[in-house]
Amino acid sequence: MARILIAAALFAAVYAADKLTAAPGWAVLLCYLVPYFTAGYDVLLRCFKSILHGQVFDECFLMTLATVGALVIGEYPESVFVMVFYQTGELFQSLAVEKSRSEIAGLMELCPDTAVRLNGQGEEEEILPEEIEAGDVLIVRPGEKIPVDAEVLEGASGVDTAALTGESLPRDVAAGDRVISGCINLTGVLKLRAACAFEDSSVARILELVENAQLNKSKSESFITKFARWYTPAVVAGAALLALVPSLITKDPATWVYRALIFLVVSCPCALVISVPLAFFSGIGGASSRGILIKGGNYLEALANVTTAVFDKTGTLTNGAFAVTAVVPAAGADEKSLLEGAAAAEHFSNHPLALAVKAAAGCEAVPDDAEELPGLGIVARIGGDTVAAGSRRLMERLGAEVSLIKEPDGTAVYVAKNGKFLGVLGLEDVPKKNAAKALDALKAEGVKKTVMLSGDRAAAAEKAGKTLGIDEVYAELLPADKTAHMDRLCRAQGKNERLMYVGDGVNDAPVLARADIGVAMGALGADAAIEAADVVIMDDDLTKLALAKRIAKKTKRIVRQNVVFSLGVKFAVLILAAFGAANMWLGILADVGVAVLAILNAMRCLKVKKES
Amino acid sequence: MKKAYKLEDLDCANCASKMEQAIAKLDGVNKVTVSFMAQKLVLDADDARFDDILQQAVRCIKKVDDGCSVIL
Repeated sequence: MARILIAAALFAAVYAADKLTAAPGWAVLLCYLVPYFTAGYDVLLRCFKSILHGQVFDECFLMTLATVGALVIGEYPESVFVMVFYQTGELFQSLAVEKSRSEIAGLMELCPDTAVRLNGQGEEEEILPEEIEAGDVLIVRPGEKIPVDAEVLEGASGVDTAALTGESLPRDVAAGDRVISGCINLTGVLKLRAACAFEDSSVARILELVENAQLNKSKSESFITKFARWYTPAVVAGAALLALVPSLITKDPATWVYRALIFLVVSCPCALVISVPLAFFSGIGGASSRGILIKGGNYLEALANVTTAVFDKTGTLTNGAFAVTAVVPAAGADEKSLLEGAAAAEHFSNHPLALAVKAAAGCEAVPDDAEELPGLGIVARIGGDTVAAGSRRLMERLGAEVSLIKEPDGTAVYVAKNGKFLGVLGLEDVPKKNAAKALDALKAEGVKKTVMLSGDRAAAAEKAGKTLGIDEVYAELLPADKTAHMDRLCRAQGKNERLMYVGDGVNDAPVLARADIGVAMGALGADAAIEAADVVIMDDDLTKLALAKRIAKKTKRIVRQNVVFSLGVKFAVLILAAFGAANMWLGILADVGVAVLAILNAMRCLKVKKES
Repeated sequence: MKKAYKLEDLDCANCASKMEQAIAKLDGVNKVTVSFMAQKLVLDADDARFDDILQQAVRCIKKVDDGCSVIL
């Protein structure tokens, strides 16, 4: 940095002196050589080494050739300026790359540097997270990160999962709960028992995944590296031709050699080669800050072209748990007593239906005793009353006459009090709250067709499909049927259209693998899902799908801008140079300036707007 | 066998792709990635000759950019 400033100051001084005085040519050259070497001695050194290693056409070589050439034909100020500006550009480039790297590293700062373990004597000892073994007892204080997936032994606190899911609302945990590594402990001291070693914990897997995302290169990336392989030699060859052929014809070598030198300056491929991967890198980084992990540039690119979205139903579009959707009291009973009666009867039960009823009622009386009749339901005694909740057959056995205007949808729970029918509750697996909104958002981002594949009963699947506005619904499918449907849907795709499958990643690994992009939802803590999918959404927020697609489209757009812009400027300068309308100053600007702009543009991928 | 190594002072994106090409041509290399952004070398090569291949890969890297070093 300081060196560049000194070189620039020296250059300015020499330039001014040169303009004001009429020193002899050799003296002027000597004066210009001072800032030239100050700015570029390392470039010259590296060039020399590269030649020794048999590597030509690298940046240092091109810059050396161009500037030495300029000195030879007497264009001293230009030569020095090119060297100073080239170094400035390199500095900017490395600063920009360093910044985006550290921003992404910041997003990935999930892992604490140290952990506190209780040893056999109950004393605290500080260890590295890597040293933790399954079963170790750990202490995590407020403000510290949880080092490994663990179970809470003592203490209660809120944990912030924002680094993993992008969700800023803290989650309350208490003894018996499972906590996931990478979360920040907010309020209370937690005593934990490690569920696994560090390398098997969620954080280690996520970090590995994000680092390896670099290895799956996108098509644009491969294209640009291939292009660069031809571009530099071609432009250098062009420069050679330009220096030789017209010089022989016009007998004016100085002009043509000068123009050829501009070619050399423009021929560096680095702006291109760096801006494309940097954009993908930033896009993946930006997505991961919102709890969307994308396993490579190729998937990010494919995500932008998704036109068909296929969904699993249970647990993906729906909550995967029952909820009370209908309360139908019998004549003479009211909704409140019906719900509360049912909830009280089910007080001791952990059956999914019982949990849903209790959640719907909000509070319940505690029965004196309750008897579970397998396959039928529960009969409970509450303060002298006998309340029964269960199947229709249970009502018949108790002699309660079922009188109904209409049967509710879904699974029904019948309730009777003291042998008298109270009413019926309808329970269904309802769509997630934001599912319809998420699907609309996806369509707005360019998805043309939505499909639902479900193993559930046709009536339930079709009802969910209709509520959500799904285009095609296929129900009562066995796993093999799902893969068959996937194959058919994939074949129906156009050339540049991609299909994504969204599932919970647990039971649908073959289908996930079959799709162009397999997306696993709610994968936090589900390692199998993280392994199987190409894109992992850490929480189960369906609106992140549209967000992921938006990030993908933005990244693709920025990549295209960068390619068109840097190539366009370079070709324009090449043409201008060939016709003598450009000077070396413009040439270096086209190289370094464009690189810096492309990098800044690529870094926009990091910024993810909160909500559109 | 697949292993990852950190690279230090790899400061040119084009160099990274040149290194990748050179290493990919080595005998016994199944797959190799040199990532400029991640500053990482990931080498997938024959188990039996892995160390030997790794040494050759390091030489390829030095040849393209003398200042870049592999943290082994």
